Amino acid sequence: MFRNDIKICLTLIATVLVAVFSAPAYADVFTDGVQALNAKSYSDKGRAIDALASLSDERSVAVLDALLAGKLVYKKSDGRVFIAHKMGGVYALTSPVNSKEVGEVAKSDIKKIRINNKLRGKLKGLLGGLTLMSKDPDLRLSAANKVFTANDPAMLTLLERALAREEDADIKVRLTRAHAAIVLVHSTDRAARLSAVKTLETFTDPDVSSLLGKLAFLDDAGQPIEKDPAVFKAAKDAHKSVESQLAKWALLGNLFQGVSLGSVLLLAAVGLAITFGVMGVINMAHGEMVMLGAYTTFVVQDVIRTHFPDAFDWSLAIAVPAAFLVAGAVGIVIERGVIRFLYGRPLETLLATWGVSLVLQQMIRSIFGPTNQEVGNPSWMSGAIETSTGLVLTYNRIWIIVFSLGVLVMLALIARKTMFGLQMRAVTQNRAMASSMGIRSGWVDALTFGLGSGVAGIAGVALSQIDNVSPNLGQAYIIDSFMVVVFGGVGNLWGTLVGAFSLGILNKFMEPYAGAVLAKILILVGIILFIQKRPRGLFALKGRAVDN
Amino acid sequence: MSIGTLSRKPMIMRILDDRVAKSVLGIIIVSAFLIPILNLWVPESSPLHVPSYLVALFGKYMTYALLALSVDLVWGYCGILSLGHGAFFALGGYAIGMHMMRQIGDRGVYGNPELPDFMVFLNWQELPWYWYGFDNFGFAVLMAIVVPGLLAFIFGWFAFRSRVTGVYLSIITQAMTYALLLAFFRNDMGFGGNNGLTDFKDILGFSLQTDGMRASLFFLSSVAVVGGYLICRMIVDSRLGRVLVAIRDSESRARFLGYRVEYFKLFVFTVSAILAGVAGALYVPQVGIINPSEFAPANSIEIVIWVALGGRGTLIGPIIGAIAVNYGKTYFTGAFPEAWLFMLGGLFITATLFLPKGIVGTKSIIDAFERNRLKLAKFLRPYDYVEGGDGR
Repeated sequence: MFRNDIKICLTLIATVLVAVFSAPAYADVFTDGVQALNAKSYSDKGRAIDALASLSDERSVAVLDALLAGKLVYKKSDGRVFIAHKMGGVYALTSPVNSKEVGEVAKSDIKKIRINNKLRGKLKGLLGGLTLMSKDPDLRLSAANKVFTANDPAMLTLLERALAREEDADIKVRLTRAHAAIVLVHSTDRAARLSAVKTLETFTDPDVSSLLGKLAFLDDAGQPIEKDPAVFKAAKDAHKSVESQLAKWALLGNLFQGVSLGSVLLLAAVGLAITFGVMGVINMAHGEMVMLGAYTTFVVQDVIRTHFPDAFDWSLAIAVPAAFLVAGAVGIVIERGVIRFLYGRPLETLLATWGVSLVLQQMIRSIFGPTNQEVGNPSWMSGAIETSTGLVLTYNRIWIIVFSLGVLVMLALIARKTMFGLQMRAVTQNRAMASSMGIRSGWVDALTFGLGSGVAGIAGVALSQIDNVSPNLGQAYIIDSFMVVVFGGVGNLWGTLVGAFSLGILNKFMEPYAGAVLAKILILVGIILFIQKRPRGLFALKGRAVDN
Repeated sequence: MSIGTLSRKPMIMRILDDRVAKSVLGIIIVSAFLIPILNLWVPESSPLHVPSYLVALFGKYMTYALLALSVDLVWGYCGILSLGHGAFFALGGYAIGMHMMRQIGDRGVYGNPELPDFMVFLNWQELPWYWYGFDNFGFAVLMAIVVPGLLAFIFGWFAFRSRVTGVYLSIITQAMTYALLLAFFRNDMGFGGNNGLTDFKDILGFSLQTDGMRASLFFLSSVAVVGGYLICRMIVDSRLGRVLVAIRDSESRARFLGYRVEYFKLFVFTVSAILAGVAGALYVPQVGIINPSEFAPANSIEIVIWVALGGRGTLIGPIIGAIAVNYGKTYFTGAFPEAWLFMLGGLFITATLFLPKGIVGTKSIIDAFERNRLKLAKFLRPYDYVEGGDGR
């Protein structure tokens, strides 16, 4: 009995000892796989990564992720592999096997498991593959894209399995793309590769284009990189067709850019279309009205941030009427204080309003300082619509296009459908007659100028979303605004619209060939020449032509 | 802005009859000799000594005065409000700057005897063709006259022939200088891009940093102002000058009388641009740098206020205006930097509202006030609700 007890005891002790001392040897396959990552050579590490990925163990995703992020380390003392997180000066180690915290160590106790670029590419592909089967469709979609980029033949079987069980049409398309890309690059079967080219040809996608392009070009010696002539020819044709599709999309993107620039120009110029176009006042302080609008936005946002942080998304809705009132009021003051003494002397008006603009600039600079002010985008204006074809439409640009057109329509309605609009047109057409009819022409002048200035203020709200809000904001737009109004034709909202959009689109279409600055110079020179041909702009008002 | 009948008296007599012109030109001529003497030969301990920085500053004012004179010639006498005269000024400056750049030779930072520093920096291998000839001082001076003149001629040829007038002309001259601003900012243009041309060493073998050089440049600038005044005076007092004034006051009427309005305008615009170019060529050696910001539209508008404040269409007024405003600028940007733009802005407003004839015309306001209060009211607000002025 007693001997037996001792025997049991000994056995137990031995078992414990064995268990304790053999711990670094590990029992299960996963632990071994993780440990194998700490190999000497990169090729051994590569094999270990493949082995780990083929285990279909969910834990391997975290391990490979950590390896890719450079967070997988081994202890210098015993070589065991852990996932490390930096916690201030020390590193917290987590076991990759059961994701339990193991303790904290100093940086000198551990060493990172190094990987090279080849392994990095492999890891990205494999990680993509491992999430191909995930339940989350977003993860699957991004995985399909990752597999395409990695282009690793090891993923082929996994892809085929995923393709077979995938039900979401969009993801299926992505998987097909990745599959075809891998087949094209790595397969030796001519028929399969040709059909892969056919599949890829249907994608209007810059990545596909560059993949096909790699096969379709000649190397330095003038020999095709692709040795199979049939595949070479097919790839070349496919590349051409994808490129031409892409070019169409790029054209669309350019058009959007141009329309967007046009809408900015329209916003900047539409107030001027009233003050200059309708009243004939050369308002050099117009840009400063835009600036005042932008600063009003800043103040409104500042108040909202400090007092009602939840209402931030509404800040622009408050800023628009506020900016209209601020800029409009300043405009009325300028008209009553300066401009009304100078009617009939446009050049003097130009100089006086330039003086006003200097004063306003310095005023803002003295109050807010010369630096840029931070104006935020509400959530509904941030972000963008992106398509696989490389087209990016940002929401703030889209909103500004909509907004600029809205402002224009509002103005047109005011001018045509309201009593004030009627009086405004009457006074500009025949002041003496309008006065005899009982219209207080002085007040109509003041209000018209206020309207034009207020609209400039509204433009400032929109421009604050895409430009720096600084005291110089207005200066940047004043010449462009005059160009638009003069080009479109004075006294004509329709002309301003056409002028703004044609200048914007023309500018953006010239940029790829001439560069941004040269394009702008060419536009300016073009307008100078255009004025020679049509001194009254695109849509000249008839009847007022002989004004001197 | 009344112009007397065509006088047969020699010009010198006519100037002597004009009290303001006589005294201002007298002061300029006297100081052209006196200031260099007080700077170079009076010892620094003497209270009469003029420090060198003041000589350079006065020299700069003189070039501004010439620039203002050139604007007055077109605006005051022909009704062409050019908002692009800064461009002609800058082009003249660039021409002389290019010569001084070539004179640096291998004394630049990179020590390249063939290329200016900025071209070495941009990795250019050879001098662009349009830099050829600028090693020669005479050629550079010629270019300082020809380039602004040619630009004005071509620009005016198109603009005046198609009868672009009034504010439209002002706006496209502004567009012109803005386009040049953008163009000169580009490194590819070969004019030093953003930084422009600087680090000049000497001109005609004389170092730019010596007092003697500063005094000579001041003297030259003063002579140029007087010379510019005489040229302008000759133009406006001639029969051609009468036609210019007729065009200013009623362009259509002058045309109906049979004058080829566009040629007169073209002539005076080109002469004015050349004067501005000469001013720029004198300006750059004195300040030691020329960069694209000289093309900024704001600069060109500022010139107009010198003219408006001094007295438009008087020739002598702009000289006074340029010196007064720039003295104010030097003083206020140093003493109260915040206040300067308020001052300048206020100047624009008050000059246009209350001093339509500028400082030189102020005396006539006082006279008018003494004679008739009602007339004064009309004088201050003459254009209330006047329909369709012709851009005066």
